[in-house]
Amino acid sequence: MPLPQAPGFLETRRIDRWWIQPTLVFLGFGAFIVYSTWAALQGSNYFTGGPTHPGAQQLLSPFYSPVLWDATGLHSGHAWIGQQPAWWPTWLLFSPALFILPFPGLFRFTCYYYRGAYYKAFWGDPSSCGVGEPSFRGTRYRGEQKFPLLLQNAHRYALYIAILFIGILSYDAWVSLWSVDAEGVKHFGISVGSLVLALNVILLGGYTFGCHCFRHIIGGRQDCFSCHKHQHAAWKRVSWLNTRHMLFAWLSLFWVGFSDVYVRLCSMGIWTDWRIVG
Amino acid sequence: MASHAQPVTDSTTTRPVQFKIWRGDASGGAFEQYTARVTGGMVVLDCIHQVQAEQVPDLACRWNCKAGKCGSCSAEINGKPALMCMTRMDTLPTDQPVTVEPLRAFPSIRDLVTDVSWNYEVKKKITPFTPRKPDRPDGTWTMYQEDIERTQEFRKCIECFLCQDVCHVLRDHHKHDEFIGPRFLVNIAALEMHPLDVADRIADLKDRDGIGYCNIGKCCTKVCPESITITDNAIIPLKERVVDEFYDPITRLLRIFRSK
Amino acid sequence: MSIPEAIVHEHDVIVIGAGGAGLRAAIEASATGAKVAVICKSLLGKAHTVMAEGGMAAAMGHVDDRDNWEVHFADTMRGGGYLNNWVMAEHHAKEAPDRVRELEAWGAVFDRTKDGRILQRHFGGHRYQRLAHVGDRTGLEMIRTLQDHGIHQGLDVYMEMTVIALLRSGGRIAGVLGYDRERGRLRVWRAGAVILATGGIGKAYRITSNSWEYTGDGQSLAYEAGAEIMDMEFIQFHPTGMVWPPSVRGLLVTEGVRGEGGALRNSEGRRFMWDDIPEAYKNQVAADEEEAWRYVCGDKNAQRPPELLTRDHVARCINREVKAGRGSPHGGVFLDIAWIKSRVPNGEEYIKKKLPSMYHQFMQLAGVDITREAMEVGPTTHYCMGGVRVDGDTQMSSVPGLFAAGEVAAGLHGANRLGGNSLSDLVVFGRRAGESAARWAKEHGAAPVDNAQVESETARALAPFDRLNGENPYAIQSDLQNVMQRLVGMVRVQSELEEALGHIASLRARAANCGVVGHREYNPGWHTAIDLRNLLLVSEMITKSALLRPESRGGHFREDFPLRSEECTGFNLVASRADDGSMNIQRRQRPPIRADLQAIIERMK
Repeated sequence: MPLPQAPGFLETRRIDRWWIQPTLVFLGFGAFIVYSTWAALQGSNYFTGGPTHPGAQQLLSPFYSPVLWDATGLHSGHAWIGQQPAWWPTWLLFSPALFILPFPGLFRFTCYYYRGAYYKAFWGDPSSCGVGEPSFRGTRYRGEQKFPLLLQNAHRYALYIAILFIGILSYDAWVSLWSVDAEGVKHFGISVGSLVLALNVILLGGYTFGCHCFRHIIGGRQDCFSCHKHQHAAWKRVSWLNTRHMLFAWLSLFWVGFSDVYVRLCSMGIWTDWRIVG
Repeated sequence: MASHAQPVTDSTTTRPVQFKIWRGDASGGAFEQYTARVTGGMVVLDCIHQVQAEQVPDLACRWNCKAGKCGSCSAEINGKPALMCMTRMDTLPTDQPVTVEPLRAFPSIRDLVTDVSWNYEVKKKITPFTPRKPDRPDGTWTMYQEDIERTQEFRKCIECFLCQDVCHVLRDHHKHDEFIGPRFLVNIAALEMHPLDVADRIADLKDRDGIGYCNIGKCCTKVCPESITITDNAIIPLKERVVDEFYDPITRLLRIFRSK
Repeated sequence: MSIPEAIVHEHDVIVIGAGGAGLRAAIEASATGAKVAVICKSLLGKAHTVMAEGGMAAAMGHVDDRDNWEVHFADTMRGGGYLNNWVMAEHHAKEAPDRVRELEAWGAVFDRTKDGRILQRHFGGHRYQRLAHVGDRTGLEMIRTLQDHGIHQGLDVYMEMTVIALLRSGGRIAGVLGYDRERGRLRVWRAGAVILATGGIGKAYRITSNSWEYTGDGQSLAYEAGAEIMDMEFIQFHPTGMVWPPSVRGLLVTEGVRGEGGALRNSEGRRFMWDDIPEAYKNQVAADEEEAWRYVCGDKNAQRPPELLTRDHVARCINREVKAGRGSPHGGVFLDIAWIKSRVPNGEEYIKKKLPSMYHQFMQLAGVDITREAMEVGPTTHYCMGGVRVDGDTQMSSVPGLFAAGEVAAGLHGANRLGGNSLSDLVVFGRRAGESAARWAKEHGAAPVDNAQVESETARALAPFDRLNGENPYAIQSDLQNVMQRLVGMVRVQSELEEALGHIASLRARAANCGVVGHREYNPGWHTAIDLRNLLLVSEMITKSALLRPESRGGHFREDFPLRSEECTGFNLVASRADDGSMNIQRRQRPPIRADLQAIIERMK
């Protein structure tokens, strides 16, 4: 097809500030990636309370949940298995977050909203609507039609795992309602940290259950809604969340990061986790 | 009783506005500058008509209903794909010339007119509507409002091809031979989610129609004059149906069991 | 055959126009095995049918089981001032339901009733809820359905073509001469039969709801080919067009707004439609607002709000209010749908859902939120009841082999068309025309094309290119629109009509000297020059016919003869070209109506 030449990189006749959005996305995602990587590599200050800190509310950073093994010398009270395994090579950095973070990371990486956003912000494909692309791609463009991005089609499996995490994080929020005293007796109480973790679950839930895959699986795959009334009802609710998927994606991204900051600073003794009730 | 309508713009004052209109044909062209007299409520198409009627009678421009219903007067206004008849002048900055140029994802014919025949060829290849057997002896079917709402959204499409124009797969990567573009993904979504339709277009979607080339930038949704949620409601659900059929081992396994 | 520089195509049936009627005709003709071509002025799927909003009248009785074809027939005749071709009115009422169901079988998705059938809505002049619809975009649904069905029927579609002349051979039709706008190349389509489905004439007026294509092409082509054109004095002025801002003046505001309860008010806030109820509808109008609202909600015992009287009447009432100084700021009246918020829960959402494109149209083009404010509306040229005189069964014109369907054909609507009867007209008579044209073509075969006619018509079409200093055709078209709007509009009087004829004659002289700059490729100046010929012809037909009907009826209102005359019920006016080339208008006596149909009319009075 004899087309006008493809526009050059960043070439456009748009006169609005089209570059603001991809720039904000780049900065937002970039900041999160940098912080979360740093936080995950710390391997410490990821909880408060527990057997070594009697009396404090039991908060656990969502970056580290679930804890399979605690880092050496730490006793969060959340570990499923125990301490850092003996077979772990000494030259390899150990952090409980390394086993956990890839899964929600994968969910977000393959998320339909994030895909559209980071293709633009991180590799200019396209830079923005109606704005020219880097010329090296040209007709060699593969999109998600071919490997490697073909693998994005596995998003629903990342969703299944993400749903498990919602359960685990809910449990963490529940646990955060208790502190354990030196005698090992549990005391009910609500602290600011409990609220932070609870809100984290709500926002992550809003994001996870507004997922496009979830919307499809829960009912969207049906052609006849009147023949599947329950699926239709569920689909409508998920659709409500789905139209706000971007909003929940950003809110939950910010809040999960903030939850880690909160737990970390409380654990370091810089912030105090004020108790509201109990 | 509702309050009476007040004029939102002043129609009595006329001001000159500069336009840069692309003139040329398949062999090339350039922007040329014209001036239009603009009064309140005018749209870009009014200005083009004024220039055509008073200055350059052979300025080629395609239009029809001038009411946003036929989708003929698609163009790029200040770099954004839009219907000229629905773009009000008072939404554009006029301290600099307004650029008007033809759709860039299709070959030029002349001035603002492009050759969109590719779209008609693509549509012909899509498996047509194939209804199930009628539910009633008089040849009619029972469908409820909730069954048709998704399809009705897609059927609002006026085929202005703005979504095709803005889609970088066509615009930048020229994948016209491998990808059918957002308009026809919406078309297929309307058929696939039609409660009466029994044809299967999923294999075509995956291979011939190249749905995987869409990388969900949502530019199509942003330019749609009918506000069809193209990406979220049509393309992504179709991608998921392709996954069901081809990329999800569990659903494939379930299908094998069910078919036995 | 050698025709200089023309590309020649051979078909059995040629359909000119790709709106609802043209596509339906092409589908039908093609289904009989004929080789069919569709020639259209715009791209496929852009025809004016897309602008039809309210719905498609068909007595299916899904919402009100008292409805049947007899009621629909009687409504159509009453609305048309009994000047309708009753054969067509009968076919139409009987066949419309099947045509709706057929669209559904081809993929159309109409709004549904609670029990899962096609929903029907109220409309002006229809006694019961009768219009199958899709929100307020029913025309788009129809055209897309026919288009998507048609492209798989083996039709050859020629897009963006202008037809210059119908080719004749010894009194019958032989083909079509035209050119493609893209390259300006001449083309000849040879065919056994030709179906005109070119729509109306709205662009003869300044204020119109019609798109640029509506330049009376079919009426003019048929007239020049020797066919009779009937009822051209009857022009429908839709009561509710936008009046503000000027750029969108005339743009249609669907009758569906009133169907959903929209009230017409003057500047004093009064629902003025109650001030003047015509005799024929005395028993069909609600006593007060309460009853009117119950009717809108579907109460079968309530009568209609006066806003839902026929379009000719509503348009005249609006005109009266404006002239009496009770109009809105921009010379219209107020159409208020926002008031229903006091009657329906979540009214704002309800209005947006029921009238989505109206909401957007006003929001985007006028900055008016119809869920909060009243719209300003006024009459706009909308529809031409007249057109090519056709046989009621076959749709064949007085020229053998030339057929017409849809707005370009006369007969079904008489003096005034009911809203919703147009979409059903398109498919009922599109189908009939397609079927009979294919049969005719099969029986009579092709005829030789007269090269001399091709050459002379070609020369005529290309002449404007030779007049380098000729007048700009846009200016002439604009002047013609002003003349028709001012002198041959809604309210007519002998002196003004005669004045208009004088203007038309001088405009014709100017048009004969118009010139076109540039070359033949996609040159809108040239297209306008060709359209101008047609516009001048139909304008003359309208004006002359209007002079010769000394009464007021339907879409024809004479200030000097404000009442309906019994004598005038007996004839239709027919225009044809005399041997000397002048326009001849005759009274044609109407055939007496069949007794059983007359009985239906009497029963429904």
